[in-house]
Amino acid sequence: MNEPLVLGIETSCDETGIGIVRGTRLLANEVASSMNEHVRFGGVIPEIAARAHVEAFTPTLRKALDTAGVELRDVDAIAVTAGPGLAGALMVGISAAKGLALAAGKPLYGVNHLVAHVAVALVEDDAAGSPLAPNTAALLVSGGHTEILRIGSLTHDVELIGSTIDDAAGEAYDKTARLLGLGYPGGPAIDAAARHGDPHAFRFPRGLTMPKFEGTAQSPGKHRHNWSFSGLKTAVARAAEQFEAQGLAVPVADLAASFQEAVVDVLTAKAVRACREHGLTSLLLGGGVAANSRLRELLAQRCADAGIELTVPPIPLCTDNGAMVAALGAQLVSAGAQASSLEIAADSSLPVEQILR
Amino acid sequence: MLLSIDSSAGASAALIRDGAPLDAWRTAETSSHAEVLAPAVQRLLTRAGVRGEDLEGVVVGVGPGPFTGLRVGMALAHALAEGWAKPLHGICSLDSLALRATDAGIDGEFVVATDARRREVYWAQYISDDAGSRLQHGPFVAGAGELPDLPAVGAGLGLYPQQLRAAELAEDPTGWVPDAAELGRLAAGALAGDLHGVMCQARPLYLRESDAKVPLQMRPGGVR
Repeated sequence: MNEPLVLGIETSCDETGIGIVRGTRLLANEVASSMNEHVRFGGVIPEIAARAHVEAFTPTLRKALDTAGVELRDVDAIAVTAGPGLAGALMVGISAAKGLALAAGKPLYGVNHLVAHVAVALVEDDAAGSPLAPNTAALLVSGGHTEILRIGSLTHDVELIGSTIDDAAGEAYDKTARLLGLGYPGGPAIDAAARHGDPHAFRFPRGLTMPKFEGTAQSPGKHRHNWSFSGLKTAVARAAEQFEAQGLAVPVADLAASFQEAVVDVLTAKAVRACREHGLTSLLLGGGVAANSRLRELLAQRCADAGIELTVPPIPLCTDNGAMVAALGAQLVSAGAQASSLEIAADSSLPVEQILR
Repeated sequence: MLLSIDSSAGASAALIRDGAPLDAWRTAETSSHAEVLAPAVQRLLTRAGVRGEDLEGVVVGVGPGPFTGLRVGMALAHALAEGWAKPLHGICSLDSLALRATDAGIDGEFVVATDARRREVYWAQYISDDAGSRLQHGPFVAGAGELPDLPAVGAGLGLYPQQLRAAELAEDPTGWVPDAAELGRLAAGALAGDLHGVMCQARPLYLRESDAKVPLQMRPGGVR
């Protein structure tokens, strides 16, 4: 089957996404987000997200089928995010996917959320997308993930090169926005505030960049390609307190700009170095933080300097969505991968090497 | 023919033909709904040689029950009904135990009480008399000590023997949990026009808000 018609379901966090692709051609990408319900908490509340998935599933499915102009019986396979993600949220998507697969008599593919973020780069609106370049890396940055991957093959060869050892980059944005009183989600709020600030006003720490963590290219330290963002929000809080203690106005714009510069600097420096040292000449950016203007700008500049070809899919395909799940499902179907059993469980910490459950 | 599913306590599924269970499956396991329920439904359909088009509808227990497990059955039922293009009917899962008590010959007012965790029960008050059996109040979630002093059935009895007293029935009602077979019988009765006020929207009955607290930093005038 060269151009399988696949319906993909994504419920690993606060987006209920249902997408439909034919091979690498995008037919539908419907997303219902419960983000507004999480705003007052300053972060995603798993129980609220899971409740919203149940409510949104059927309307989102109907919209996607309608947009694509297909019926469920036409599809060749159902793909669903099996992990990683929030367990209770994943379970809603997996149960629904099993129901559709069972009712329509279609094979089920429980796929890896992170690899799906990479597969979406193959998808095009009008024409068939281009195949993955050899020696490709993927940098995934969102509220739940910060990883750099080597992608040998989307269906059988994915390797984790580095990741955050504590907070995800997007999580650091949310927490810092919260303590600066900028609201939720933190990414766009800090990005906006930073435009009026001086990125060099404060020198915030770049986590895991000391020689003992990094080592050298020949003798890499344990955390050469890893990140740490949890110390950064504490540094911002301490800086803000200094002003408050003296009864001065907190320079929110400067703090936001300097925080953003610290995140983006260490994120891009380590990603580009990881590519160089692994012989990877193409880099895909994925995840919600791909919408960040400074990240796009600095990553583009550093990739160009290093001779790395950077690809950033359109933002609606970078944030969590069902089309990416469908795209990976289509790759697996085309490669003749064995379908998942109806007994598969959600795995909230599914390792990235496990592409298919 | 109806397919009935409940995941409000354990998990269960049943095929109902002419108002009676044709075949049924159940497990008391509470932590594996997402894995076991769909394959069990598939086995029931295969064993009975039933296809989606043979069904008149899908019935689902809407709880109350522990949230994560409850949603597994709800999501499965929604997707099956959508995939087969069949109507989906919701029924309060506690009604299952009211029917079981009525079958066992209970008389007068009684309460159904199931495990709501966190030292509480999900409960509802029913009456069984010459006019039949019906819901009087509920469903609610509360401490077992707050329930009316009436004979009780359901797993809440085993958890709170000091606060609840078992209805005197031929079968000990202490461990009873909701079951899809009874919910399917009730739905069949309602669809036949014999029962009224049984069906509800197929949306989960949580009875509790999520536990999330608004962080201090997010409150108006909150501390930094």
